[in-house]
Amino acid sequence: MAHSRFIRDTGLTVRMTTVMFLLGGLFVALIVALMAMMPVQYAPIIGLVGLGIAFWQWWSSDKVAMRAMRAREVTPEEAPELHGMVDRLCAMADMPKPRVGVADSDIPNAFATGRSPERAVVCVTTGILKKLDAEELEGVLAHELSHVAHRDVLVMTVASSAGIVAGMLTRGAQWGMMGRSRSSGGIAGIVLVVVVSLVVYAISFVLLRLLSRYRELCADRSGAYLTQKPGALASALQKITGEMAAIPTKDLRKASTMNAFFIAPAVRGISLSTITATHPSLEQRLEQLARIQAELARPVD
Amino acid sequence: MGFWDSLRGRTRPRQANLDALFGIPTAAITLETAAGLRPTGLGAVCYRAAEGAAFTRTQADVVELIEADGGPAVERSVDRFGFTWLVARDDDLSHLCTDLHAVNTALEVQGFGSGLLCSLVPFAADDGRRVGLVYLYKQGTFYPFAPAGGEAGEQRRDNLLELTVRDLLANELPVEADLQRWLAVWGAPGL
Repeated sequence: MAHSRFIRDTGLTVRMTTVMFLLGGLFVALIVALMAMMPVQYAPIIGLVGLGIAFWQWWSSDKVAMRAMRAREVTPEEAPELHGMVDRLCAMADMPKPRVGVADSDIPNAFATGRSPERAVVCVTTGILKKLDAEELEGVLAHELSHVAHRDVLVMTVASSAGIVAGMLTRGAQWGMMGRSRSSGGIAGIVLVVVVSLVVYAISFVLLRLLSRYRELCADRSGAYLTQKPGALASALQKITGEMAAIPTKDLRKASTMNAFFIAPAVRGISLSTITATHPSLEQRLEQLARIQAELARPVD
Repeated sequence: MGFWDSLRGRTRPRQANLDALFGIPTAAITLETAAGLRPTGLGAVCYRAAEGAAFTRTQADVVELIEADGGPAVERSVDRFGFTWLVARDDDLSHLCTDLHAVNTALEVQGFGSGLLCSLVPFAADDGRRVGLVYLYKQGTFYPFAPAGGEAGEQRRDNLLELTVRDLLANELPVEADLQRWLAVWGAPGL
């Protein structure tokens, strides 16, 4: 009887699952390699510290992100329109309402963060409020709410833990090489750890960016289906990315730590190749939205 | 949404649960006898109109279906959040519920069920108090929404009346237990 116009994007799911599987495999490989090279006694401790950092990043993601963006939470009285929009989207999506924040910045952008849907916060900049009309803003909010529903902060933190541990090991091993090298065997072990960690770090860096782009596409899809207006999100993306490209990169440097949670990357991807971009290209995103639009317009049965 | 779905970044749009709408006529009797609230003869469905010709066509078909055979006239309006309200007028509450149900079913059959937000049946008391019985599709539950009559532009809810209605209807309808989900619908037709 009831069917949905929500097309399955099997290709995207398969690619994303593969990437996540590879990241998991990488983590296991790192642990196994460490076990085999036991001479470095403190490696497991460093690994645990790395995991602790990853956990802390996830646990306090809402506070850290809000502080980094100098955003503040707004009450329904302060921003009735914004709250009304989020209210309705949450009722449509059947999810708990996140907190709503506004960052005083002219860069048109939005982000969602928080360790769980119950603790999430959706934040927009004053720039995006000025730049977009109501329909486009709703598209952007739906995209961010999809990030919340997909638990993207958790997924990305877990996915990045291999890289964090590898990075910690590299540092730790360098420190160990300078201070505590007693035997030549120890040195060799340490060098090995550095090499393995660097390799793991490099691979996980590329995979992580790939995963991030897939998550963005997923959020675009879900957001478009939530508002039933893929066109509105498409025009919002065009406005945001067009504007972003026009702003000098120098001013945007401060925002670079926040890239993973933005709707559009705040740093222009000229020096970074497409492989290391955290967000898919505008063309890719628009193409997907166009496909969804076609599906929605499919003639009635 | 399940863990596996969120891991794969997939949202399964929650489908609407329509059948509880037919509980409204019984609830109306309780409201009238216990609180003096009478149905206003209005009923509205609120949904998000999808882009594209398919939706426009579906919507036109629905309106035609309700208006056929001397049925009530249907008004359509778009609120400031971009949601469409289809308002039907019928003094017979059970007919009205059938009409509302027909709108929902038609949208659902064409694959637009995820775009349904709520249905609203407003009630009014002789002293001017008004309360809308709102049906949340995604939850399959009802909740009361009573705007307190103040100056224009002021948004205040008559929470006492809302809670009274909730307690009155607790045995008749599935009432939304989570007060956070009692979404305000300011400026809704009939309120």
